[in-house]
Formats: sequence, C-alpha cells, structure tokens
Amino acid sequence: MNALDDTDRRILNRMQDDLPICARPFAAVAAELGIEEVELIARLARMKADGLITRFGPFYDAEAMGGAFCLCAMAVPEDRFEAVAAQVNAHPEVAHNYARDHALNMWFVLATEDPAGIASVADCIEAETGLRVLRFPKLREFFIGFRVAA
Amino acid sequence: MSPDATDRRLIEATQAGLPLVARPFAALAGELGLSEAEVMDRLARLKAAGVIRRIAAAPNHYRLGMIANGMTVWDVEDAALPALGPQVGALEFVSHCYERPRALPDWPYNLFAMVHGATRAEVAVKREMIAALLGPACRGSDILYSTRILKKTGLRLRRQGE
Repeated sequence: MNALDDTDRRILNRMQDDLPICARPFAAVAAELGIEEVELIARLARMKADGLITRFGPFYDAEAMGGAFCLCAMAVPEDRFEAVAAQVNAHPEVAHNYARDHALNMWFVLATEDPAGIASVADCIEAETGLRVLRFPKLREFFIGFRVAA
Repeated sequence: MSPDATDRRLIEATQAGLPLVARPFAALAGELGLSEAEVMDRLARLKAAGVIRRIAAAPNHYRLGMIANGMTVWDVEDAALPALGPQVGALEFVSHCYERPRALPDWPYNLFAMVHGATRAEVAVKREMIAALLGPACRGSDILYSTRILKKTGLRLRRQGE
C-alpha cells in the first residue's frame, strides 16, 4: 500500500492545487491528467484510506470569517510537561500543540471565533499553570504555496 | 465577509472533507437540502471572499517521507523584512512563513519559516539556504524541531448560539 506509482504521484501533486467548482470537478481534473474520472476518484479514495492524504476538501481561513489565530509558546519544566500538556490541550480552542526542543518547549495555536477570545484563553492557561504564555500573533503572512512533491 | 447560517452549515458539512464521488457538490446539496447550483454558488462566493483558500488534498507529510520539520526563526532588520519575507515564503520547501512580534529579551526573532525535509540534515541545509538569502539583514537565527505532536485537530466552528 506504500507503493505510489507515477499516476498516484501526478494525482497527489495536482490535487494539492485547487479543484474547480463545477458539477463534475474530478472529470475536469482527470481530463487534465489524461486518465478517467472513475480512476481518479478510486485512486484518491485509496490514498485517503491509506493515510497518504489526510483530508480532501475546502481549506478554510478562520480569519476571513472573523475568527482569530495566535501561536503561543511556553517554557514548561520537564517534570510538569505531561500535566501542563493535558491542561493546555483541555481547551477546545487549542487547535494543535507541538513539543519542540528548545527552552520554549511547548508551542500551540489558539483558534477562537473572535480576537478577544485569544487573550482570555491565554490568560486562563497562565492562571491554571502559573506559567507565562508568550503570544506570537501573525503580523504578516509571506506565503506563496507549499506543495509536497510526491 | 461573515458567512450566513446556510454558509455555516455548508462549512460544517465540509470540515471533514468533500465526498469523493463524481458529483461531490450534488452529494453535499442532497445532504443539506439545497440545490447543486446553490452549493456551487456559495462555495464560489466563499472562495472569492478568501474564506476558502482552495479545495485540495492535504498530504500526510510523514507518510510521504517528510519526517523532519523545523520551525526556523530569524531576527531580521525591520526595514528589510518587507522585501525579504516574500522571498523566504516563495522557497518551495517553506510551508508557512510569517512575521510575528519579538518577545524581548528572551525572543529576538520576528520571522518564522516552517521547513520540511526527509531528514534533519536536509532541513539544516535548507536553513543555510534561507540564511544565505537573508544575508547581513539577519542578526541571528535558531531552529526548533518538533519532537512530538501533543494535539492536532482541524478548524472547528462552534455552532451558532453555543
């Protein structure tokens, strides 16, 4: 199931770009790739079932809907790391959380429906843990479009 | 823009993904009690407004062999950042690139660029390429490798009124 053939790779590379909004979007992409619509759908379904594709669908920008995001970091003492991770992760606003090898060893993203939500959740985590939550909101995005070459 | 109640139902219905069938928008329409044309119109409008960035596949980096990921961070002169930031963001191995505030004195870095590679050695080479691009406008840098995913969930919208 790990073996990707050339067609799978071409599909993976193409499908990281936008799917057209039309009645038969897979037929349109299949035509571009020179394969049949049913084959494209079957291969996508197989790659999704195999976990090569995490998700297929619209990528939403929460900020464009009025929501807010903020990258946060904490320096957590090693002996408290698991307990603090549980306290942080218990907040539904914590979208993801990574351990990193640095004095600031816990990095997470808060996603809230409005900007005021960021401060209240971060303050709450500080109160619960007694640790400082450094906040790194994005000031500007320099993004062109990352693609994983399959 | 602020999505209306029907948009929000559409967003909720597609958060897990789009059905992999020949007519995915018709399938969604059936689920939501809308017409296929309305689903397509609404999605096109959400895309035009930037609420939808694109409709696409999210590949699993790890399964494709991109096992190492490093958050590279850079202390770049403020005046040079508007010109240099887009160049870093345009590098094909940089997945996210942002200007963020410094947290002095502990954290002097104002440019964050996420770099992916098959190995840490490969990521380190890419870090050097960013350093070369930034040149003397960069006063310091660091790299933070992720060692463990503690939590990962997609964007979740609360239902209205919740």
